Amino acid sequence: MPERNRPHHDHALGHEHDHEHQHPPSAAALRVKALETLLVEKGLVDPAALDAIIETYAEKVGPRNGARVVARAWSDPDYLERLRKDATAAIAELSYEGRQGEHMVIVENDAQTHNLVVCTLCSCYPWPVLGLPPVWYKSDAYRSRAVIDPRGVLREFGLELPEEKAVRVWDSTAEVRYLVLPQRPEGTDGMSEEQLANLVTRDSMIGTGLPLTPEELER
Amino acid sequence: MNRPEPPVFSDPWHAQVFALTVQLNETGRFTWSEWADTFGRALRDRRAEDTEVGYWEAWLTALQRLLQQRDLASSADLDRLEAAWAEAYRTTPHGQPVRLAPRD
Repeated sequence: MPERNRPHHDHALGHEHDHEHQHPPSAAALRVKALETLLVEKGLVDPAALDAIIETYAEKVGPRNGARVVARAWSDPDYLERLRKDATAAIAELSYEGRQGEHMVIVENDAQTHNLVVCTLCSCYPWPVLGLPPVWYKSDAYRSRAVIDPRGVLREFGLELPEEKAVRVWDSTAEVRYLVLPQRPEGTDGMSEEQLANLVTRDSMIGTGLPLTPEELER
Repeated sequence: MNRPEPPVFSDPWHAQVFALTVQLNETGRFTWSEWADTFGRALRDRRAEDTEVGYWEAWLTALQRLLQQRDLASSADLDRLEAAWAEAYRTTPHGQPVRLAPRD
């Protein structure tokens, strides 16, 4: 068998005496194995359902869902109205619903206001439209500073807002999940919903970024 | 501008502890508010660094705490199974799947 296809060893060369058995993973990884074994034994969890959950969030659900919601809102005034009245129901029209999307609220950016979403308690996040949160959203640094110094945080994301623009910070909870509806970029008249969706970044729906302009998308 | 994202779960145990929590919530063992409160406290109390691994360690702490409060997973049972898994890794030859030895 070619060298690169051999089972992988983490050992440095010259530690051949170690090769016969496997090193245990980290203490945390062993603890999780123990938890899973116990819960399966007790019939409290079903291994097949666990695999399905992992597959869903590792591969299927992500911010492209939210981008389609935003693009629809930009394209269809009636849809925007429904989104304002009952975001959960309007988002479910696109079949994005379920876990951690049970009570969605849309916060709209406009000429006067920029919205920013955080979860100061832990990492509450609208899974059906954005998937699981990025590493920085879960960090203590972001969670503590987004409320105290939102403009400073935005600057670190490369977003310098004019002084006269107000920044509103929304604290997600286990009950309410916010999705930022960014402003539609200039020069996008006549673009299809699908083209518009390509402009919508994940960060623009959290408020730490803006949608791409058509020129930026070209690059 | 749309930079490639790192994988959602950087280590398999992150995915496992996430899925356990989601399923236990869905089968009614705890509400998501109870989860968020307990997890928020674990994040606040943690002495770990502000890293991805520290985040998942706090997650694991919170899940164990909730299960202990509900008498669904005792420390003694978990200690025993953790030791058994460590032993299984140590004694399984390379290239073979690691399994727990049958218990008496």
